Parts: sequence; structure tokens; C-alpha cells
Amino acid sequence: MKKKDTRVFSAEHRKFLKKRKRNIALVWSLRIGLLALLLGLWELSTQLGWVDAFLVSSPSRIAKTIASLYREGTLFYHIGTTLWETLVGFAIAVAVGYGVALALWWSETVRKVLEPYIVVINALPKIALGPLIIIWFGTGSSAILFMTVIVGVIVATMHMLSAFIETDKNKILLLRSMGASKLQLLTKLVIPSSLPAFISMLKVNVGMAWIGSVMGEYIVSRAGLGYLIVYGGQVFRLDLVMSATFILCVLAAGMYFLVVLLEKLLVKNTEN
Amino acid sequence: MKKEMLLFSDVSLIYHTARGETKAAEGLSFSVSEGEFVAVIGPSGCGKTTLLSLAAGLLKPSSGSIERHGSCGYMLQKDELFRWRTIEKNIYLPLEIKHQKTEENRLRARALAVKYGLGDFLQSYPSQLSGGMRQRAALIRTLATDPDLLLLDEPFSALDYQTRLNVTEDVAEIIRSEGKTALLITHDISEAISLADRVLVLSPRPARVTHEHTLDFGGEKKPMRRREMSGFSGWFEILWKELNG
Ligand SMILES: Nc1ncnc2c1ncn2[C@@H]1O[C@H](COP(=O)(O)OP(=O)(O)OP(=O)(O)O)[C@@H](O)[C@H]1O
Ligand SMILES: [Mg+2]
Repeated sequence: MKKKDTRVFSAEHRKFLKKRKRNIALVWSLRIGLLALLLGLWELSTQLGWVDAFLVSSPSRIAKTIASLYREGTLFYHIGTTLWETLVGFAIAVAVGYGVALALWWSETVRKVLEPYIVVINALPKIALGPLIIIWFGTGSSAILFMTVIVGVIVATMHMLSAFIETDKNKILLLRSMGASKLQLLTKLVIPSSLPAFISMLKVNVGMAWIGSVMGEYIVSRAGLGYLIVYGGQVFRLDLVMSATFILCVLAAGMYFLVVLLEKLLVKNTEN
Repeated sequence: MKKEMLLFSDVSLIYHTARGETKAAEGLSFSVSEGEFVAVIGPSGCGKTTLLSLAAGLLKPSSGSIERHGSCGYMLQKDELFRWRTIEKNIYLPLEIKHQKTEENRLRARALAVKYGLGDFLQSYPSQLSGGMRQRAALIRTLATDPDLLLLDEPFSALDYQTRLNVTEDVAEIIRSEGKTALLITHDISEAISLADRVLVLSPRPARVTHEHTLDFGGEKKPMRRREMSGFSGWFEILWKELNG
């Protein structure tokens, strides 16, 4: 969708643009260089026997482990399991959180009544619910989904509620002076003006969803990346632990990137 | 006698909060008749905004009565344009809210915007406009539903001095040529003198009308011209004394 830029700039501005471009290139090459350096050092120190590769694994061993998981045909099974749990849990948490926040915005009484409950549930370490979850949901993926949802939903609710409540008072006054109903306040003002908060809530919840799904797999699962990590730890296969962690990093980054893309798409029209 | 658009009779208003009550208006009586431009000046915190909220029907008086004939449009200190809407969509907002977004009304609002210099900015977002332009867009939005009475709450006070003089000139021109009735709140005495047919002076809180003046300037309505006329400084002195005495 990018239009070709045909504007003509002054020499000084061209210089500025060039410098800026060079700066961006520098930052990126340093980023990649740093990663290569760290991986290189890691590999080297295990190759030369400075540290025990059995305990810290190494890039090459991680690559080999992933390759063998792939050959065994279980790589995508584990990735798929965790990814599915995370995405579905994320979607449910976001949808339910948003809905609850709307309801709480709508009724001040309900909000006041529920406030202390929300604060307490938010403060509760969700892992404490582990045994209950196993008993209620068994050891299948519904237990993990529940964990993912419970970790994300409170954050989503609180994040959106505070955005809804902070809606500009003068803009509300303006709409009321036009005779707006509560529903109109919501659709014309509260929801659109909280779009930036919605995006930042999504970003936070990407992290929450991974925490939830991996934590859920720690407690109950027989498949998934969290399961691989726990299993690898139990049988002392640190290569497996590291490989699963690495894949998690890549997936989480990918999901975050998707949200950023969504942000570009949604916010494109609203601010310049 | 012209038709009265707005009539306050012995109005009082008390705000109740957990910490106590605040009397914002007491024994407040005045009227605004059709086609008139009335300015209200008063010390800060005396209850000017409260007066407008009462006039707009956003607040109910604790006692006394308020009669309003016809619809009203409210304009605030800041433009309060929605940043996610284009200027055109912002101008249609009151039409949407009042379920009056007919083709005819849209065209009328659009024509107003074009007539008053916003034609090139209809597809722009508020952030792309200067403060003066935005305030002008806010006025066109207020006029979109063709209200009978305009309620203006210090609509120029957020602008810098130069812009303010220009926008005041524009807004006066627009309101006069559309034949609107207006009630303007301000704490700027010279603004009141340059714009209004009649000025009401309010007491410190609780608000009450202490003085009332009809300004003529020999039929001159243009704010800039009025500022240059000989009567101007005389009025300024009178109002300044009444406001501070
Ligand atoms: N919603 C409210 N609840 C309680 N008190 C209020 C409320 N709104 C205004 N007040 C009080 O009523 C008094 C009058 O307020 P108002 O905003 O009408 O004054 P104003 O003349 O418009 O002030 P300013 O010059 O600052 O614009 C003030 O003392 C204010 O603190
Ligand atoms: Mg005020």
C-alpha cells in the first residue's frame, strides 16, 4: 500500500534521511551481531570444554535436537499443541476480559461491588489453582486452556476497564449535550477512544497467554513445549529443555509481531 | 417583544458530594431572546459552566425554573474533536447521535463547512489542523443540527492571542450570518464587549446576575471594529469595576 515517495527534499534533509537510514542499519547490524556473538561464545565454550555441554547445552546441540524431533515427527505435534492452547486461551481471555470490562463500565454499582474480588483474584498466584484445575478439568487440554484463560482474563479486564473509565469527561459532556444515550456513548466514544489501550492490552496478553499455557503444561500435560521442558528436566536432557525454550521464544516473538502488525492496520487511520 | 429562547427564573443549584454541598447558583434570573448574542462574564469558579449545563438541560435546578424553546448546541473550551474521525465525520457526529443523518442534513452540514473555509480539510484528521481551524470545525459541528440556541463555554480561551482574535472574528461572523441566538460564557471582558448585544455580570459563587448592559456601538457587530471604537474602553472600565467591586 506504500505509495512511492516523489517529494523533493533539500540537501540538508537528504543528508538527515541518509544519516537516519545509516543509524537504523547500524542498530540492526549490532543487534544481529550481538546475537551471533552470544551464540558463538556459547558454542565455542562448550566445544573447548570450558563449560559442560551436558549442563548448558549448545547451539549445535539445540539444532540437532530440533532436527531429531522433526525426524521423529513429534516436533510439530508439540508446537501445534502449545500453539493451539495459547491462541485459543488468548482469544477467550481477551474476549471475556473485554466483555466483563464493558459490563463493569456500564454499571457503576456492579463495578463497586466486584472491585475487591477482582483485586484479590488478580493478586492470587494462579499456579496455586493447579490441584483444583486437575481435579475439575482432568489432565487434558481443557485444563491448560482454563489456566491460560484465568491468567489472561483478569489482566484484560483491568486493563480495558481503566481505559474505559478514563474516557475524556469533556467528550462525554459533549455527547450528552447532543442527547446521546449510554449505548451511543459506548459505541461512538468509549470503544473507539480506547483502541490504543486495546492494542497495548493485546501485547501484554500475548505474554500472559504463553505464561498460562506453559504453566498449565507444567502441571498436567502429556504434550506440548511446556511438557517437553518438564520432561527434559526430569530425565536430565538439557538439550530438550533448551530446544523447547528456544522454540517458545520464536513463537512468542512471532505472535507479538502479529499484534504489532494489527496495530499498524488499526491505528493507521486514527492518528498521524 | 421578541420571542424568548431561554428563561431562567430564580434558579438555584446545589452540588452534592461526599465532602459536602456547594451552592453554585442562587436566585439566578435572566433571559435570552431570539437572535440575540448574550455574553456572561463572572469571576472564576462562580458557576458559569454550571449555568450552561443548566441551560443545556444536563443539570436539573435545585429550585426555580428554566424554560428553553428549541434545540441547543454546546461548544466547549477545547474543540473536543474525535481524533479517530475525519473532520467531515466529526461534523456529522451530532447528526448521528440525534438520528438525523439524512442526505439533506449531511449536505447542509457539509455546505456550512465548505462555506466557512473547511472544504479542503474535510478528509483530514484533527491532528493535521491548527488550533484555530479545529475550533472552527467544532463550531461547524455545533451548527450541524441547526440548533436554535448556541451555548458557548469559553470557546476561545485555549487559543493563543493572535489566533484568538481571528477565530473570534470568524465565529462572530458565522453566528451572525446564520442568524443564531447565542449565549457565550467568558472571563475575558474585552471579548464580551466585542461580541455581545448584551452582557450579564455574575457575582462570585453562588452565581447571580448583578449587572446587565445592552451594548449598541451604533449597530456595529464586527468584533475588530468594535475594539477600535471609542466606547470600547469606557465599557471595559465599567465592567471591570463591576466584576471586581
Ligand atoms: N460536578 C460537581 N460536583 C461538585 N462541585 C462542583 C461540580 N462542578 C462544579 N462544582 C463547583 O461548583 C462551583 C462552580 O463551578 P463552575 O464550573 O460552574 O464554575 P466556572 O465559573 O465555570 O469556573 P471556571 O471559571 O473555572 O470555568 C465551583 O466551586 C466548583 O468547584
Ligand atoms: Mg467553567
